[in-house]
Amino acid sequence: MAAPSLPVGTGVAVDEELQLSKVTFWTRLRRHKLAITGLVVLALMVLAAVFAKQLAPFDPNAIDNVHWQGTPLPPCFQEAAQCGGHPLGTDEVGRDLLSRLLFGARISLAVGLSAVAIEVIIGTILGAIAGYYGGWIDYWLMRLTDVFLSIPALPLLLVLTAIVAASSTKASLSFGVIVILIGALAWPAVARLVRASFLTLREREFAEAARAVGNNDGRIIFRHLLPNAVAPIVVQATLDVAGVIITESTLSFLGLGIQPPTASWGNMLANAQSNLSIAWWAAVFPGLCILVTVLSINYIGDGLRDALDPNIG
Amino acid sequence: MRRTLQSIPLLLAISIILYGILYNMPGGPLAPYLQNPHVTAADIARLKHNLGMDQPVPIQYVKWLGHVLVGDMGYSTSNSEPVFQALIERFPATLELMGASFLIAIVIGISAGMISAVYRYSALDYAITTLAFFGQSMPVFWFALMMQLAFAVHGIPLPFGYQIQLPSAGISNSDTFDLGDRLEHLILPAAVLSLLQIALFSRFMRSSLLEVLGTDYMRTAAAKGLSFRTILFKHGLKNALIPVVTVTALSLPGLLAGAIITETIFAWPGMGRLFINALNQSDLALLMGYLLLIAFLVVFSNLLADVVYAWLDPRVKYD
Repeated sequence: MAAPSLPVGTGVAVDEELQLSKVTFWTRLRRHKLAITGLVVLALMVLAAVFAKQLAPFDPNAIDNVHWQGTPLPPCFQEAAQCGGHPLGTDEVGRDLLSRLLFGARISLAVGLSAVAIEVIIGTILGAIAGYYGGWIDYWLMRLTDVFLSIPALPLLLVLTAIVAASSTKASLSFGVIVILIGALAWPAVARLVRASFLTLREREFAEAARAVGNNDGRIIFRHLLPNAVAPIVVQATLDVAGVIITESTLSFLGLGIQPPTASWGNMLANAQSNLSIAWWAAVFPGLCILVTVLSINYIGDGLRDALDPNIG
Repeated sequence: MRRTLQSIPLLLAISIILYGILYNMPGGPLAPYLQNPHVTAADIARLKHNLGMDQPVPIQYVKWLGHVLVGDMGYSTSNSEPVFQALIERFPATLELMGASFLIAIVIGISAGMISAVYRYSALDYAITTLAFFGQSMPVFWFALMMQLAFAVHGIPLPFGYQIQLPSAGISNSDTFDLGDRLEHLILPAAVLSLLQIALFSRFMRSSLLEVLGTDYMRTAAAKGLSFRTILFKHGLKNALIPVVTVTALSLPGLLAGAIITETIFAWPGMGRLFINALNQSDLALLMGYLLLIAFLVVFSNLLADVVYAWLDPRVKYD
C-alpha cells in the first residue's frame, strides 16, 4: 500500500473524475456482492425457519433421556462417541441444540419482521400527518418523537416487559406482547424520516396538481406522496429488522423476552454463561446465528441504501 | 440559551410519560408488599394513604415531581436505602466503565476511520469497514460471553508458557485501591462495551473525512504546496471532527444500554446492574429514578453536543 501523496478530491480534475467513476463502479459492485451474499444467507435462514419441523433432527423441547446424564452433550464433530447423535450437542438440560437453533430462527425472524411492520405503520402514518399538515400538528408530533428518542429504548423496554410479566395472570410473556412493545417504541425514527420526505414532497408540483383536481387529503397522502417516500422507509425498515433481532435476543437473554421452553436464540444463551467452562457450544452457536443473520440484514440494508440513493456513498 | 430552556419541557414530558407508565400499572409501587402474606389489607390501605396514593393521579404526580426536584426520588425497596443514594453510590463504577469504553472508542474509532479514509479502497480500508460492520451487528451480550470464554475460561496462550488470563467478574479483588488490579478487571468489560461505539465512530469518521478531503479548501491547501501530512492534520482533521462530536454525544443512549448488559454479565457493581436487580424485584422507585437519570443525561448530552457544535462551526447558528 503506497502512501498517498494526494487525497482523493485534490488531484487533477479530469484524471481524477475518470479514476473516481471507475472506483465507485467497483465499490458499488463489491457492495452489491455483499448485499447479494447477505440476501442468499438470509434466504437460507428463512427456509431453515420455515422448514424447521422437517429439518430438525429432534423435538426442540425433548430431553434426551438416553444419552444425557446431567452435563451437556458435546457436538458430534468434537467427540463423536459421546454426542448421542446430536450434531451440535445439547444444552444443559439435554435438549438438541441444532433443533432448538432451527426453531429459534422462527422466533427471531418473526419478531423482527412483525415488530418492524408495526413500527413502519405507526411511524409512516404519524410522520405523513406531521409532514403533510405541518403547523401545530407537526410541532407536537415532533415533540413527542423527541420525548421517545430521549428515553433510552432498552431500559424502557425492559421495564415495560417486566411490568407486563408481573401484571399478567399468565406466567409467560407472549410473543405478541414482545412484538407490540418493541414496535410501539421504535416508530419515532421512521416518523422523522417520513416527515422529512413529506415536507419536500408536499411542495412539489405533482402534489399541487393532485390537490388542484380535488383529491382529498387521505388520497393525496397515500396515493401520491407516500409512493415517493418509500425508498428511505425501506432502507430504515431493513436495518431495523436487524436491530429488532438484537433487541429481542437481548430481552430474552435477560429473561424478559421469549419465555422458555420456547427456544429463542436469546434465551438459549441465558444459561450459557454459567456453563461456559463445560459447554462452549451452547454459548457459541446461538450467538453465531444472531451475528450471521444480523450481519446479512445489515449488508442488505447497506446495499439497498446504495441502490436507492446513489448520492450517499 | 433557548435550547436550554427548550429541554425543560422535554424533561417534564419525559417524567410525565415515565410516571404514567410506571405508577399506573397493576400493583404500582406497592407491588412488593402485595405478595407479602404478613401485610394485611388494612396495612395496604394505610400505606396507600401514607404514600398519597388515594389522591388523584395528577396531584400525586405534582407532589412526586416536587420531591424529585429536591433530590428525593423515593425509597428503594430492594436496597433498603433512598433511591438517590443507591444511584449515587453506583455511579462511580459506571462512570469508570463507560468513561474507559468511551475513551477506547474515540481513540480507536477515530484513528481507524482516519486510516480508512486516507487509504480509501485499499485492503486496509476494506478490512476496517468490514470489521466495523461486524461490530455493528454483534449482540453485546454474546460478544461478552465470547470474550469471557476466550480470556477468562481458557486464557490466550502466549509464547514461553505465558498466558493471558483475565478476571471475568467484579471491579477489583481487594478493598484497598490497586491500580493494576482495577485495570485488569476493567479490560474485558470496557473492550466489550466499546465495540459498538468503535464501529460507529470509525464509519462516521471515514465518511466525514472523505467529505472534507473532497472540498475546495483542501484543494487550495494542496495547491499551496503543503505536504499531505500538514493538509491532513492542520486542515482536514479539524473540520472532519466537527460532525463526529455530535455522533459521540448521540451515542450515549447506546452506551448506557450497553452498560446495563455489560455490567450484568461482568458482575460490575454499577448502576446498570442495580437497575437489573431492581427489575427482578419490582423496585419501581429505583427503576423510575434510574430511567429519569439516564433520560436527563441523554437530553443534557444532546444539548451539550449542540452547543459544542455551534462553537466549533461558526456557520451553524441556533436561535
